[in-house]
Amino acid sequence: MAELTMIQAVNLAMREALAEDDAVILLGQDVGVDGGIFRATQGLIEDFGAARVLDTPLAEAGIIGMAVGMALNGMKPVAEMQFSGFSYQAFHQIENHVARFRWRTNGRFSVPMVIRMPYGAGVRALEHHSESREAYWAHTPGLKLVIPSGPIKARALLAAAIRDPDPVIFYEPKALYRAFKEDVPDVAEPIKIGKADVVRVGKDLTLIAYGAMLPRAVDAATKLAGDGIEAEVIDLMTISPLDEETIIQSVKKTGRAVVVHEASRSFGVGAELCARINDKAFFHLEAPVKRVTGYDIHPPFFAREQHYLPSVLRIYDEARETLTI
Amino acid sequence: MDSRFLCNRIYILFLLKTGRLMAKTSPPRSSKTSGSNAKALPEYKASRDEMLDFYKQMTLIRRFEEKAGQLYGMGLIGGFCHLYIGQEAVAVGFQSALKEGDSIITGYRAHGHAIVSGASPKSVMAELTGRSGGIAKGKGGSMHMFDPKAGFFGGHGIVGAQVPLGTGLAFAAKYKGTDNVVLTYFGDGAANQGQVYEAFNMAKLWNLPVIYIIENNQYAMGTSVARSSGQQELYKRGESFGIPGKLVDGMNVLEVRAAADAAVKHVREGNGPILLELKTYRYRGHSMSDPAKYRTRDEVQTTREERDPIEFIKKRLLEDGAEEDMLKSIDKEIKDEVSEVADYARNAPEPDPSELYTDILVES
Repeated sequence: MAELTMIQAVNLAMREALAEDDAVILLGQDVGVDGGIFRATQGLIEDFGAARVLDTPLAEAGIIGMAVGMALNGMKPVAEMQFSGFSYQAFHQIENHVARFRWRTNGRFSVPMVIRMPYGAGVRALEHHSESREAYWAHTPGLKLVIPSGPIKARALLAAAIRDPDPVIFYEPKALYRAFKEDVPDVAEPIKIGKADVVRVGKDLTLIAYGAMLPRAVDAATKLAGDGIEAEVIDLMTISPLDEETIIQSVKKTGRAVVVHEASRSFGVGAELCARINDKAFFHLEAPVKRVTGYDIHPPFFAREQHYLPSVLRIYDEARETLTI
Repeated sequence: MDSRFLCNRIYILFLLKTGRLMAKTSPPRSSKTSGSNAKALPEYKASRDEMLDFYKQMTLIRRFEEKAGQLYGMGLIGGFCHLYIGQEAVAVGFQSALKEGDSIITGYRAHGHAIVSGASPKSVMAELTGRSGGIAKGKGGSMHMFDPKAGFFGGHGIVGAQVPLGTGLAFAAKYKGTDNVVLTYFGDGAANQGQVYEAFNMAKLWNLPVIYIIENNQYAMGTSVARSSGQQELYKRGESFGIPGKLVDGMNVLEVRAAADAAVKHVREGNGPILLELKTYRYRGHSMSDPAKYRTRDEVQTTREERDPIEFIKKRLLEDGAEEDMLKSIDKEIKDEVSEVADYARNAPEPDPSELYTDILVES
């Protein structure tokens, strides 16, 4: 058991994967000598060598395209995009090859690879250094999309992602990289991709969040508890494929739901969750499903960054409003 | 005077003074350091059996593609259909230089490569007709042919996007400690895509066993190389990455084979990537709907008459003493085979609707 930050937990998962399987390699800009832009790969080149912790040129499309070729030919590449906002350079490789190779080849090839990308606001940057475009990847069939909300889950989910036979987009909430520590077990407790986690049990409403918004949802639930309201909090962990069962079960019990994400509002993960809840739990609803999200703008520079992000108070207020109906 | 005009004037004077404007109109000078060259290699010395094999394979592709064109015209082939007619010597010549474990990846004009790499013509044609007997069970179509057993990694619709994939295949071949090579084919149009050069850089950086083959059929859909490329000698495009280049007559299968042998040897011995530009020509349109406004009938006709790759090898065979009757009987056999292939592709069942939901994810 070790007290680790999330960035250390991510590092641990990659270290374990490299030790476990020779087919695993890490590649990306500065992942080797420099230890990664956020130090996620620190120390790995020293222990596993430059052939397995591969510093690449600055070339996102080339990196992802290369990784597809590696995966087709028996390897398990773990590619890093320095910021999720830089991955658009590789968008077509992800969309056209990573996501489709299996389907297109009728299952005769698959692309077991992971693309790690730090995403999200809260680090005083802006735009492509801070945005949350997970809906792009969730919208594409053939990709799995995983977003951890803390060190223990980051380690377990990344381990699962690297072992997964399908391609996984692994979105790391950079605001949480060093936000808090957790006791990460010596041996990873397996967390299955595709399962959500009920992190707090309650009967009055369901808060659904993921990534950097999960701690805020939990804080909002604590504040609601002060008012005598018992909120259930679900950490999605896997955005796609979505664990509909856990969500629907919870909403059927509480009759109320608030979805929280920092991505902009329209056409996002929240909209999909609302639709699924309407489809499967409509007659159990006591109030319309609410969304607490970023606004339909690009994430602003640091002076106004916290205005953009859903705050604990915004989540609390929206939850209260849901309960007044 | 308008300041923009003044700026332009100064810039033009600068170009004239430094000689840069002249470079556009002067014949290109060859680089001394690149190792790229346009000198023809001696032809491969093929035995009669080898020449017969080239003849058979090229004729099979030609007749297959003609039949595909007919089936398309009859509405039996959906989606797209890019025919390889005219370019047969390239895929046939290269394939003959490979060994077990080598791989191939190409763009959307993939029928010929699929067939020479070992896919059955029936499975290729049935893919075009979208039938369950197709090589991708009728889910891929013309541009998406794959055959893991044959080391054939497709078949790719996004122009140039297969080039980093081929480079990654080569990375894995080297990582696994094999001496296998990867043929990464692309066209003159793809040669203007940026990611091709990202791949070149990494291939040389890590000395990967990849042979880049530009099949220069001279037209990116309707845009000629001259109208799209500042530097038209595409075999030189690797120079600044340290990748040697070579110009090859892609209509002469014996020259293709010689170039392929030399390239495979270079790469297999661990010398890193190499770039070959194969000058070739497609007789048909880019796809089945092509207004053909970009070239004259005369140009196509002249190429057919003077440079046809099948006529070339046929002539060599006859000069070598092969009987014309024997070639005719080969032609007949291939014609019959292709008819059978077409019957199969027309009559194989369509994919079951449940197939729509398979293979999105491994566990789905």
